[in-house]
Amino acid sequence: MDQFIYVLKRLFSRRVVLLAALVLLAVTALAIFFPMFSSVDPNAIAVMDRLKAPSAAHWAGTDELGRDLAMRIVYGGRYSIMIGIATAFFSVIAGTALGLLAGFFRRLDAPIMRVIDAMMSFPDILLGISLVSILGASLWNVVLALAIVYTPRVARVVRASTLVIRELLFVDAARALGVSTPRILYAHILPNLMSPVLVQLTFIFAYAILAEAGLSFLGVGVPPEIPTWGTMIASSLQYADRAFWTIVFPGIAIILTALSLQIVGDGVRDLLDPKLRKSA
Amino acid sequence: MLRFILARLGGTLAVLILVAVMVFALTRLASGDPIALLLGDQATAEDIAQARVQYGLDKPLLTQFGYWIKEVAQGNLGQSIFLQRPVTQALAERAEPTFFLATFAVTIAALIGIPCGLIAAVWRGRLVDQIFSAVAMLGASVPSFWMGLILIQVFAVWLGWFPASGYGNPGVPFIERLHHLVLPATVLGVLNSALIIRFTRASVLDILNEDYVRTARSKGLSERVVILKHVLRNALVPIVTVLGLTLALMIGGAVVTETVFNLPGVGNLVVRAVLRRDYPVIQGTLLVIAGIYVLINLVIDLIYMIVDPRIRV
Repeated sequence: MDQFIYVLKRLFSRRVVLLAALVLLAVTALAIFFPMFSSVDPNAIAVMDRLKAPSAAHWAGTDELGRDLAMRIVYGGRYSIMIGIATAFFSVIAGTALGLLAGFFRRLDAPIMRVIDAMMSFPDILLGISLVSILGASLWNVVLALAIVYTPRVARVVRASTLVIRELLFVDAARALGVSTPRILYAHILPNLMSPVLVQLTFIFAYAILAEAGLSFLGVGVPPEIPTWGTMIASSLQYADRAFWTIVFPGIAIILTALSLQIVGDGVRDLLDPKLRKSA
Repeated sequence: MLRFILARLGGTLAVLILVAVMVFALTRLASGDPIALLLGDQATAEDIAQARVQYGLDKPLLTQFGYWIKEVAQGNLGQSIFLQRPVTQALAERAEPTFFLATFAVTIAALIGIPCGLIAAVWRGRLVDQIFSAVAMLGASVPSFWMGLILIQVFAVWLGWFPASGYGNPGVPFIERLHHLVLPATVLGVLNSALIIRFTRASVLDILNEDYVRTARSKGLSERVVILKHVLRNALVPIVTVLGLTLALMIGGAVVTETVFNLPGVGNLVVRAVLRRDYPVIQGTLLVIAGIYVLINLVIDLIYMIVDPRIRV
């Protein structure tokens, strides 16, 4: 526990990282708790108020159905953040498993890595739209498709780290003591992979939010009735020149969240790898 | 040396085969029936059955795959179901805008990324470094379609400096087409410069620690000569690699930008094919795009092996 607090202290000694973490906390808290205590329906249609510019009543203006944009950004955050977390979580699990196997067992290395190479030769967004079009457009299929897209990244990082850790003395020592291979993987190698994996987790979280928005924009993402930051922009596209704010504000929400995630991820990486530290 | 090259070629062949299998599996696992879509509601069961035979969709999957690979090996990517044209022809028509867009964008990314990355590395830890690093991270956080929409609104709608969409009519002079590419290339170039800034910074920092840099300094060379001749030149090798891979990825990865600006490029072709479930087009383009990436990767590795004897792994 003391160690955890020490790490947090070191991490937040850079004010930018602290600020980014606070932004993330605020965005997440708002997305989780605000809808619980608010009686306003974010889908309530008010045709009289359609495409109103930002004002005191509607801080971020209204969309083509007269819905309050600020409210919808808060609600949309729920889905965008959930898609980001779920994608990062699944790709980290799958990627860690694959990378661990490839890095530890020499026989599995070539076959697994060739599959990973093949997957990485498709541009992310192209693989994403192809997968969603096969699976069908739904919230969970978007998560599944994006998780498949980002799994190879994690696998590569984990494999590289595993190759290094495998050769360290404590692994030899464990083996000499008769520790079984599964236990070496689980108890000796996996814990040492936690830091690079954590860094990947934050970056994929950010990329997934961006990718979800891109898929929605192309019309192959989450169904339009689910308010994510991406679908909000996509559904207001045709009103962009009359009501610019319908595009601008959800976009700023995406940028702010993705940027904060990357700053935190970068902070964690700097902490773990003193060689890369900014002031080094 | 020959052994290494052969091993690398074998690996590449394996990846290419896996790519082909994935592309084929992707399109065949899809749920929608392109024939039903093509023929519409009026089609009878016989019509559909007949069309399936015509496009070879009635054969077992393995047979279809074998047939497809044989054709691909002969340079035939099949016939588009919707465009009523060979896929290779559709691709060739779309190649020009995508090629110039990617080249233009990579040039912008390099012109921004390399100087900024170099400056950030040389003055590491100072304010410029922090600003450039922050900008790099911001660039990786902006959705490309969003930046495209903003640029269209500002520079096309409000200021009217650049066209908002399209690539000009066939036959317009090249300069006119470049004019159409300014905004989309800016989006891709600026956003991708983020990666180049980071990469240049890391690469230059690595070189700055080398012994020969200290030697160059200690023999009294000016800092300018040390940085430009000794550091940047050596740092450029990996940077050029990344630029090459970025170019390769943009050929298919500019999907979103091409859609925002309604550019008739390769990415646009794929998106439409996906929306219409035009299997032959999806297969053909995905295969070509991934194939180009794999081959560029191979060429880079081979050049490295020849130039730098240390990297023969």
